[in-house]
Amino acid sequence: MEAPFVSTHRFPWVLLVAGVICLAAGSWLGLFVVPAEHYMGDVQRIMYVHVPTAWTWMVVVLFSLGSAISFLFMNDLKWDTRMEAGLEIGSLLAFLLCCQGAIWAKPTWGVWWDWDPRLTSTAVLLFAFLGILALRKFVDDPTRRAIWSAVATIIASIDLPIVYFSVKWWNSLHQQQSSPETVASTFHLPLRLNAIGILLVVIALLALRSRVAGYRLREQLAEPPSFITSEPTGELA
Amino acid sequence: MARRYGPRWALSGLTLDLPAATAVMLAGKNGAGKSTLLRILATAIKPDRGTASIDGFDVVRDREDVRKITALLAHQTYLYESLTARENLAVVADHLRRPRTRVGPALEQVGLASRADDPVAEFSAGMRKRLSFARLLLQEPRLALLDEPYGALDPPGFDLVDEVIASLRRGGATVVMATHHWERAAHICDSAVVLDEGRLIWQGAAADSLAHEPRWAS
Amino acid sequence: MSADVKVLVAPRDTTPNALTAALRKELLLQWRTRGQLMAVFVFGAAALLLFSFAIGPSAVALRTFSAGFLWLGLLLSSTLTLAESFHIETEHNALEGLLLLPADARALYYAKAIANWLQLTLLGAALVPIMVVLYDAGTSRLPLLLAVIALGAAGLSAPGTLYAAMTARLQAKQTLLPLLLFPLIVPALLAAVKATSLVILGDPMGELRSWLGLLAAFDLIYWSLCGLLYGRVIDS
Repeated sequence: MEAPFVSTHRFPWVLLVAGVICLAAGSWLGLFVVPAEHYMGDVQRIMYVHVPTAWTWMVVVLFSLGSAISFLFMNDLKWDTRMEAGLEIGSLLAFLLCCQGAIWAKPTWGVWWDWDPRLTSTAVLLFAFLGILALRKFVDDPTRRAIWSAVATIIASIDLPIVYFSVKWWNSLHQQQSSPETVASTFHLPLRLNAIGILLVVIALLALRSRVAGYRLREQLAEPPSFITSEPTGELA
Repeated sequence: MARRYGPRWALSGLTLDLPAATAVMLAGKNGAGKSTLLRILATAIKPDRGTASIDGFDVVRDREDVRKITALLAHQTYLYESLTARENLAVVADHLRRPRTRVGPALEQVGLASRADDPVAEFSAGMRKRLSFARLLLQEPRLALLDEPYGALDPPGFDLVDEVIASLRRGGATVVMATHHWERAAHICDSAVVLDEGRLIWQGAAADSLAHEPRWAS
Repeated sequence: MSADVKVLVAPRDTTPNALTAALRKELLLQWRTRGQLMAVFVFGAAALLLFSFAIGPSAVALRTFSAGFLWLGLLLSSTLTLAESFHIETEHNALEGLLLLPADARALYYAKAIANWLQLTLLGAALVPIMVVLYDAGTSRLPLLLAVIALGAAGLSAPGTLYAAMTARLQAKQTLLPLLLFPLIVPALLAAVKATSLVILGDPMGELRSWLGLLAAFDLIYWSLCGLLYGRVIDS
């Protein structure tokens, strides 16, 4: 397979800076300006990071799935670089979500893990993505690595809704527990700022990370020694 | 046509035309690219650059059609250890949609009729090679690709190989054989192709090849 | 008027189609290697024994969690049987030999998945008496229990066969197969454990149906999806 094209324009850096600014503004508002929520108190403030992270994570998972499908149809390794970025950043976001969920759960319910369907399915997909990243480490041939991880990513992504529903059903037998929810409209501004901020940062990271993957592939798939078509020196009998 | 394994190009810049119903000898040092070429022709692997066509069928686009008319005798035997010789061939016959009655004669042709019902796990390397030949014969290919056919065989085995090649040719098949047994192959093949480091460096009548590159003669 | 009449008498087609050919091979291979299945059964039984030690002598606890233990034991055993089912294909590259005949990749997948499914169902059924004895988890509804085991085993077998094919030739195959498979089969595991539990401990609210439904849906999705993707996976 041909080495992928890697773009070099500066736009991702612009997005990164813009994203960090939004995130800083939104977090400052959420942590210091907006009043504490009526029932849950200051603990609820984690929602300002948790909810945007969750939205962005879903986007990254869909992006990974889309890249995997695109690669299988178009056989262009640039989709593999995008998928690799999606897998890594998706794993990172999933890990952050689980941490945020645990941080919220401990003061609220007294336990670190409350088997909330959303968090549990996030954890399952985290492990699935980590498994695919591990698989990539052990396959040397770039084409085979790309095909196999694309297949595994499709299978894992399609599994996500099924996991969610099965945990939801399983949970419905136990007491209802939930993770932080958005409540009144006064909280919308920091939430939106953070949502935009995290999204911009993640888009930038995806672009930059897939460039790194692209450069690595280009190195691995370097051009051959110059082709010499040899002239036959004898007649074929 | 070109093919790489990671950073190493096993075949680069190979252009070749092979006429039908001949026996072609593929020679060259280890690592010259002979196995890679055979495997590309058998559609076991895809070329990274360029393509090959067999009887008008392209090895990448018309893979299934190429597979129907080619058969590969590879380094690996394609056998199941826990099955008997007969059972291994029966599996092949089933997948080829051919009746199992063909298995017996194939075993006889390679001299394994007496060991037909022994598990392959008990077979020596030479016997496994013979079984691989029987497997190839079952496929009735129009293009037979043999990778080191003489390997692991004893002198009676060498004669068997020559007989099999002769019977394939009688049936109108083309035989391409990669081998180090230069002299023997030169006697039964019509033409020779010599590769070195993935490039074609000589092509001509098999008899002439001996004179041309004597340092490779075994 | 004379005409050249060519009558083609086709011989009676006694040759099998692609799936049958592949299935015959799989079942024959399984029969030949049945000794290994015995060893895996012992492994599974040992696992069940260890689980009971982890819980301790509380009869109530053992009985409550018996379904979970059974499926965990079966899941762990499956990594052995699934890996082995491809070891024989890669030993002498027999899988490539079949593909070059040419053989239909999809038929090869489904035959292997069916064979693995049968093996896991058999294993599960064999572990039931162990479960009954160790955890006092008997039930009179044996056919239903076997049906649940069969449905759950199907959920393990479809993705398991695909991933076993992928990892068969890799250095880290023993770690990678469970690593890839386990997160994936969480829904099947949950549903199978729940359904088995309901059969053993009773089903006062009639939930068994919905869990079996989930399991069946999972099986359907994965048997189709994995069959579709298998061709690309075993391509060189």
